[in-house]
Amino acid sequence: MRRKDVLDLDDFTADELREVLETTAAMKEVLARPIRRVPPLRGKTIVNCFYEASTRTRVSFELAAKNLSADVVNITASGSSVEKGETLVDTTRTLQALGADMVIMRHGASGAPYLVARELEASVINAGDGWHAHPTQALLDLFTVQSRLGSIEGRRVAIIGDILHSRVARSATWGFTTLGAQVVLCAPPTLLPIGFADAVNTGLRAKGIVTACPVTVTHDVDEALRDADVVMALRVQRERMDSGLLPSLREYSREWGITRERIAKARFGALVMHPGPMNEGVEISPEVAYGPQSVIEAQVTNGVAVRMAVMYLLAGGRAGPAV
Amino acid sequence: MDLRNAPEASLDDIFEKQILDADGLRRALTRIAHEILERNGGAHDLILVGMRSRGAPLAHRLSSLISQFEGTAVPVGELDITMFRDDLELRITRPAIQPTVIPRDLTGTTVVLVDDVLYTGRTVRAAMDALLSFGRARQIQLAVIVDRGHRELPIRADYVGKNLPTARHELVEVRLREVDGTDEVVLLSHPRSGTNQA
Repeated sequence: MRRKDVLDLDDFTADELREVLETTAAMKEVLARPIRRVPPLRGKTIVNCFYEASTRTRVSFELAAKNLSADVVNITASGSSVEKGETLVDTTRTLQALGADMVIMRHGASGAPYLVARELEASVINAGDGWHAHPTQALLDLFTVQSRLGSIEGRRVAIIGDILHSRVARSATWGFTTLGAQVVLCAPPTLLPIGFADAVNTGLRAKGIVTACPVTVTHDVDEALRDADVVMALRVQRERMDSGLLPSLREYSREWGITRERIAKARFGALVMHPGPMNEGVEISPEVAYGPQSVIEAQVTNGVAVRMAVMYLLAGGRAGPAV
Repeated sequence: MDLRNAPEASLDDIFEKQILDADGLRRALTRIAHEILERNGGAHDLILVGMRSRGAPLAHRLSSLISQFEGTAVPVGELDITMFRDDLELRITRPAIQPTVIPRDLTGTTVVLVDDVLYTGRTVRAAMDALLSFGRARQIQLAVIVDRGHRELPIRADYVGKNLPTARHELVEVRLREVDGTDEVVLLSHPRSGTNQA
């Protein structure tokens, strides 16, 4: 993999995705050792630049960086110069001057990490930008499915929840379809994206990926679940109810919530996934979330290994000739 | 110039000289297996760790031989040292990592690292650093099929199949049935490459 940044999975080839997944398996073995530390990023400085709150993702990146022997600095928006009005570009230039080798960025504005990646020589990993993309989450979802089911090609993945506002759904759609799976996006009509499915189908053709009906969109949850190998539930927020996109969370949960009865409509043994944090009882019932088909905990564990793999692959030296 | 990157070398230009044939390799392994047992007074608390990629099949063969001679099963581990290399920064892309499997905690064991060729010693240095993640071994010993000289670090082998003085521009290949379909050790050189020293 020869790239400076990981901003979204839309520009990843299938080979690059496979390289990340193979490297993740190696990193998972490292995490099982008595001493979970390897030296490839020794002497490198990684800056976690989180403009949006996060515990899970930030800690996951920090642990991953430290396991690779890097030094980690955490910047959160509150308590930093951002409160004094420092612009994103100025913060970026400061990081460059301070010698950051890699920046992990989460920001509320879609596209912010792209601006930073253009301005910085250091590598940038997008940890979530607005509603747009969350590539490392999608990669850990791919790895989890591959570990459990053995393959991704030909599988049917149903993503159910607030698709419109979900960067996880978008990156996962790119990732799964690039590796030859079909993705069905399912939500109430007010929470479905417009034009996204077409954009992905066009983009896949441009990448040379040929699958029948790679991405479909529906508001019918039974249709989405039929023959699904993977069911991914997404968080539905209270704010959507307050802004008039949903009549009530109770109606959402009755019509689209993943309960034991609903999950039985998918393929037998289908995996149940959720990026977290969950609204138990809304998009997913506790008995499914903690039931035998759930791989939600595995997703979190795999997150550290996936992020180690991405950081390892990105940090290749760019200076000398290939040896 | 490293023969592996020789841009104009074709099969016609590279001289190949066989150093050991299949029988020669077998005898060397047999002797090394006996030496390991002699030096360690048996196979007690012994573990063989093969360095990827050709060290691993060699370690498995040594384990079978020891099992034949001593009646004890010696566990075998496989170690990928890619992430411990000291030259990662010199490459444009990262090398692929193969699986590492170490079957037990190494604390208190005698580890015999197994590799095909000992050259600069940097790979062995990386292997020793990697082994530290698996416990504190009582001893680490090194078995190689060929020692070709040109050490860049203070590292030496305990068990050597063959000492082979070489020039820097030459390449020593240990070919194994399991990987290459045949058992032999060969020396490769390019007639014109002697002018560009690495």
